[in-house]
Amino acid sequence: MEQAEVYAALQDIFRDIFDDDDIELEASTSAANIPEWDSFNHVNIIVASEMKFGIKFLAAELDDLKNVGDFVALVQKKQNGG
Amino acid sequence: MIPFDLYWLPENEGFNKDLKAAAQQRGTADEVLTRFRDLATCRLDFLKTAKLDRTFQTIWADMADTDIAARRIRIGILSSCTVDHLIPAIRVGALRRGLVAECYVAPYSMYHQEVIDPSSGLRKFEPDVVLMNLDSQSVLSALPFTSSAQEVEDTISVRVDEIAGLWNVIQNDIGAVVLQQAVLDRSQPLFGNFEARVPASPTRMIQQFNWQLSNRAGEAKALWLDIERWARQVGMKNLSDSRLWHQAKQEISPIQSPLYGDLVARQLAAVRGLSKKCLVLDLDNTVWGGVIGDDGLDGIVLGQGNPLGEAFSAFQDYAKALSRRGIILAVASKNDDAVAKNAFENHPEMTLQLSDIAAFEANWFDKPASLQRIAKDLNIGIDSLVFFDDNPMERALVRETLPEVAVPEVPLAAEDYVACLADAGYFETVGFTSDDTKRTEQYVANRQRNEIQSRAADLDSFLNDLQMELIVGSFDKTNLSRIVQLINKTNQFNLTTRRYTEAEVLDLMKDDTVETFHVRLKDRFGDNGIIAIVIAQHKAEGNDAVLDVDTWLMSCRVLGRKVEEAVLNLLADAASRRGARAIRGHYVPSSRNGMVREHYAKLGFEQVKADAMNETAPTEWELPVAGYEPRFTNLFEKVFTDGTS
Repeated sequence: MEQAEVYAALQDIFRDIFDDDDIELEASTSAANIPEWDSFNHVNIIVASEMKFGIKFLAAELDDLKNVGDFVALVQKKQNGG
Repeated sequence: MIPFDLYWLPENEGFNKDLKAAAQQRGTADEVLTRFRDLATCRLDFLKTAKLDRTFQTIWADMADTDIAARRIRIGILSSCTVDHLIPAIRVGALRRGLVAECYVAPYSMYHQEVIDPSSGLRKFEPDVVLMNLDSQSVLSALPFTSSAQEVEDTISVRVDEIAGLWNVIQNDIGAVVLQQAVLDRSQPLFGNFEARVPASPTRMIQQFNWQLSNRAGEAKALWLDIERWARQVGMKNLSDSRLWHQAKQEISPIQSPLYGDLVARQLAAVRGLSKKCLVLDLDNTVWGGVIGDDGLDGIVLGQGNPLGEAFSAFQDYAKALSRRGIILAVASKNDDAVAKNAFENHPEMTLQLSDIAAFEANWFDKPASLQRIAKDLNIGIDSLVFFDDNPMERALVRETLPEVAVPEVPLAAEDYVACLADAGYFETVGFTSDDTKRTEQYVANRQRNEIQSRAADLDSFLNDLQMELIVGSFDKTNLSRIVQLINKTNQFNLTTRRYTEAEVLDLMKDDTVETFHVRLKDRFGDNGIIAIVIAQHKAEGNDAVLDVDTWLMSCRVLGRKVEEAVLNLLADAASRRGARAIRGHYVPSSRNGMVREHYAKLGFEQVKADAMNETAPTEWELPVAGYEPRFTNLFEKVFTDGTS
């Protein structure tokens, strides 16, 4: 998937989970920007992304993520078999 | 891709749009619940499930005062692991069945205290159902592998006793139904295949624990949620993500929450008597391959010598077995009646026989019309039906015209039919008695009675010819299961829709001031089973005494046979023996019991309380005992089960 597609798909997921159609994702977006992004919703984001992108994250990979930009890069890496 | 989802529910491409529209609409409780039931009845993933739940909660918050007692069910959840992510799905599963589930989640792992402590949150919540979800690590500790089978069994027994002790408190002190979830076996074997030979091995211990616990649940009348079976269906790796266990103590993955919620909701619906009662089958390409009208007896595909034929036979076998456990079978087919019946009578491979089918509609009218006829003939609600038809257009038409009928998405392959029907879980039950096995016989016999009745010259001679015999007794242990079942699932001919647990019924039986009757009706066609249940209490009011009827419910199958009058005779007799001045009756309107609004009026009672402004208010009625003449005594041979007459 192209990076823009990944952002778009992820944005849909965020809008669904947080029930907010106005969410716009940027590389720098993180839990600091979205008040309801707690550990509970964090699990939902991971699980929904795996479902949407057809990938599976390792626990270790998820530890290093600091923002949406990192996450998008990880998704693309896994889609390319990395 | 979700490995296993609610595949028997239809897709709704426009779900997001429909949900947005629903968020803007309001209405009566019935309208809102119907709207959300329809929204929930499609193949939702966990994100859509959560959205649906959120939207409903917002709308329902404005309607919190609405009186919908019968549609509300309170479920307290006691768990040793994280379950918050499953709650929206339970509520959506409940909405799918027209119920509003209110959930209380006990503080993590405090399940013991929540049950025992009289001032706990669980107690204050006053649950109708308590779901207990214990994970394997919290419930069993490891034993040395060299432990004997006896030592293992004894250790397990101690834990089972503890849990059964909690059930006892839940049932008797809290007054709730227990729903015990099987322990999910997340262990990995240490001995490989040899695990089964080592009683103290982890897998073996959990198996034995579930075995003992489920047996105990049978004795204690606790309900069982067989999550282990679903782990097999879905695949353990799909149902339970070990990563999420380590991260958040979630035993069940959020992806599978819609399935879990539906499983729990099925049980809630069963507790409320809302499980489906009748399976309506199409014929062509549903119970045999091909079209009987075109292919004839020789051309349809059924039975031995053909893989597809075997698949249809297996489906017929399953349907027949369903009827053996008390599910009514009916047929709705677009065919010539004689042509369709000919297949049943003359095709050598037909497992299903005409005597298995309680209502047979083969005609050229539309299927919704046939379904309505079936419901009317069988005297059951249209919402008791499941409609199984291979044709997507027929399914769509029924869904649109009769949304209360359950219409599963039938798989393309006939070999998948049985699994689809089983997975959809329409027929969950909270009990099983021998009356259930005789249900088909009873409905077929009823069909015969109705046929005779329509030909009878007048009602009186028909009733006399029936040679009816009433067997009456107070509630007893032998009939207790069936009595409790009827109290909890009768909706239409039910004057007050009061539900009682078995423990509560036992208390009533011990109460000297309470008269209880169960009435069995036999006639020349057979045994109708228990067809009336009455609970009445002698109440002193100053110098006066009345016999107050708390519960009066009857089977719709025996309407118009003067059984109502016969029951009234029983009440009048009981009332006069204790010197009561009058019999007092109550009618509490529900969405299902409109048919008995004038029940007491028809019996000659006078209305003593009514709210002219409010049609949904309960009404009160009285009939004086002095001067009461027993009615229609010539029609019934009466026998009392305790030997008196």
